[in-house]
Amino acid sequence: MPSGTTLFEKVWSDHVVVPETAETPAVLYIDLHLIHEVTTPQAFNLLRAQGLKARRPDLTLATMDHSTPTTPVSSFRDLAVVGAGAADQIRRMEENCKEFGIDLLGFDSEFRGIVHVIGPELGATQPGKTIVCGDSHTSTHGAFGALAFGIGTTEVGHVLATQCLLQRKPKTLAIDVSGNLPPGVVSKDLILAIIGEIGVDGGTGHVIEYRGSGIAALDMEARMTVCNMSIEAGARAGMIAPDDKTIAYLDGRPRSPKGADWDAAVSRWQHLKSDPEAQFDRTMAIDADELQPMITFGTNPGMVVGINDPVPDNSADPSFRKALDYMQISTGKPLTDTKVDIVFVGSCTNSRLSDLQQAADVLRGRKIANGVRMLVVPGSQQIKKDAEKLGLDRIFAAAGAEWRESGCSMCLGMNGDTVGNGQLSVSTSNRNFEGRQGIGARTVLASPMTAAASALSGRVADPRPYLR
Amino acid sequence: MQPITHFQSRTVVLPTKDIDTDQIIPARFLTTTTREGLGQALFHDLRFAADGSMIDDFVLNTPEADGCEILVAGKNLGCGSSREHAPWALLDYGFRAVISTEIADIFRNNSLKNGLIPIVVDAATHEFLLRNPGIKLDIDVRTATLTLPDGGIVQFPIDGFARYCLVEGIDQLGYLRQQMDEILKFEETRSWTP
Ligand code: SF4
Repeated sequence: MPSGTTLFEKVWSDHVVVPETAETPAVLYIDLHLIHEVTTPQAFNLLRAQGLKARRPDLTLATMDHSTPTTPVSSFRDLAVVGAGAADQIRRMEENCKEFGIDLLGFDSEFRGIVHVIGPELGATQPGKTIVCGDSHTSTHGAFGALAFGIGTTEVGHVLATQCLLQRKPKTLAIDVSGNLPPGVVSKDLILAIIGEIGVDGGTGHVIEYRGSGIAALDMEARMTVCNMSIEAGARAGMIAPDDKTIAYLDGRPRSPKGADWDAAVSRWQHLKSDPEAQFDRTMAIDADELQPMITFGTNPGMVVGINDPVPDNSADPSFRKALDYMQISTGKPLTDTKVDIVFVGSCTNSRLSDLQQAADVLRGRKIANGVRMLVVPGSQQIKKDAEKLGLDRIFAAAGAEWRESGCSMCLGMNGDTVGNGQLSVSTSNRNFEGRQGIGARTVLASPMTAAASALSGRVADPRPYLR
Repeated sequence: MQPITHFQSRTVVLPTKDIDTDQIIPARFLTTTTREGLGQALFHDLRFAADGSMIDDFVLNTPEADGCEILVAGKNLGCGSSREHAPWALLDYGFRAVISTEIADIFRNNSLKNGLIPIVVDAATHEFLLRNPGIKLDIDVRTATLTLPDGGIVQFPIDGFARYCLVEGIDQLGYLRQQMDEILKFEETRSWTP
């Protein structure tokens, strides 16, 4: 490997089958293709129409997460809860995987879960891999030093048929995080602050590498939260160089390499970092010490403020006015004291065990406010099991929250878990777009601690007074 | 795929910035397993009120929008979800091109793969288009140019390969499959296997 290359360039060049030219994009090899029920049926239809096979089912991993119910379900008879369309889509996924010989972690699997949660959990996500999925939050897997990005359904077909993609090389953006997050401030607040700084299009055309002491200090689950929301800054992907924490996380997972393969993999992974003299197309720096809990006030994740800061006034911009009208939020004062109807802890951003623990720590021995509905949806069936072992389910239940089966749930409301028209939802998910959680839903994005504190108070709340 | 070389149409203008693909087509319409008929769901919650009634003053519901095949939108069009249902819905509704100062990566890619032409223009051209809804534009994919009613010509960036595929009606999967020898060689010779 020549010196002076970035982590991204190392992984990229390791996967170039045919280099790009002025006339043609690169042919890039894909090591892991994750698929789910929503963005694949049309791709399988295409393969069928052209008489093609799935070329490398062994490099393809399928699950069902988006339109699946989060109430306990054992057979298709129960699927009425999610509506005929979703039930058909789920059934189609099972048929397609069977026909094309792809492993499906379906309803009966104890390893089922949100696609971006189970990839790492199973050890299928590994440093140095190229990982794609017909899903924009594929950027999550970059937390392991993989090059991971979302693709469309046509491209899902390309990968199924050839295990490759046609790609132009993106640019690079280094984000240096110094310092350490103060108590009550977590990686969700860090990434929201970054998006607030660079904007929802600040990363367009770029792969972000997050680095510095503030990133090194984060555990793997917190790193996944950061990389997960790279797409919310418009970036193609987010990456973090693997280190001892990455290796310790992967050790012994079902799909991690074993024996001599493990040793070889670890020594390969240890070289996966940007060289000191590597040049990035852009750089930015942020100090973790200075951060506070963050909360969104508008209809994209870049419209974000510190929990006690006043909502800024940018009403000369009609798009800004439209967003605040939709949110029924006024400028000039903080969001705290805004009445809360729904609290959602879940999604591929914040549904891992540490996220649930952070919410449970705030809730332990307390009751959520009257009139607030709180839904806690673990990211996978494994996390559900682990959380129950720790008694988190009982803490949530005692506080008055609902404890569910794994899935995307209220992050996008495809499965019947929705926020009502006009209701305000404090959500640990990643998108506060108009209508994302339900028609007319008003979503504010926050960390699991802020979400839990808001459930207790019945108003948007700073979690720090609730810390023990 | 049908070759796309050249077309003319009037514009419809949606000046909002950061129009995400959830707005273009809300998630509850994604339970389909085909790509047909999604035009009905296009901008659904902007076109229809919660009770199903039409929102008359939303621009796509106005008579002037009839037959317009070019959508001019605020910057950062198509951000958010990777759903290819967004370009499918736009195409099914009758759009053939979208214009903005900035178009999100995945949406742009998905659009090109389906023959919806994503056109990025400079701020001055954009401003002119926003201020003059309904004007007739001539879009030539072969030359990557957009011609304004006064004859002014604006060049727009488009990946050369994507343009070639559009103009010749070439399916990118076909091209990719022609590289199979190289792909097999890569698999055999790489230094590690996933
Ligand atoms: S949890 Fe939300 S963002 Fe994540 S994959 Fe599911 S729908 Fe997408």
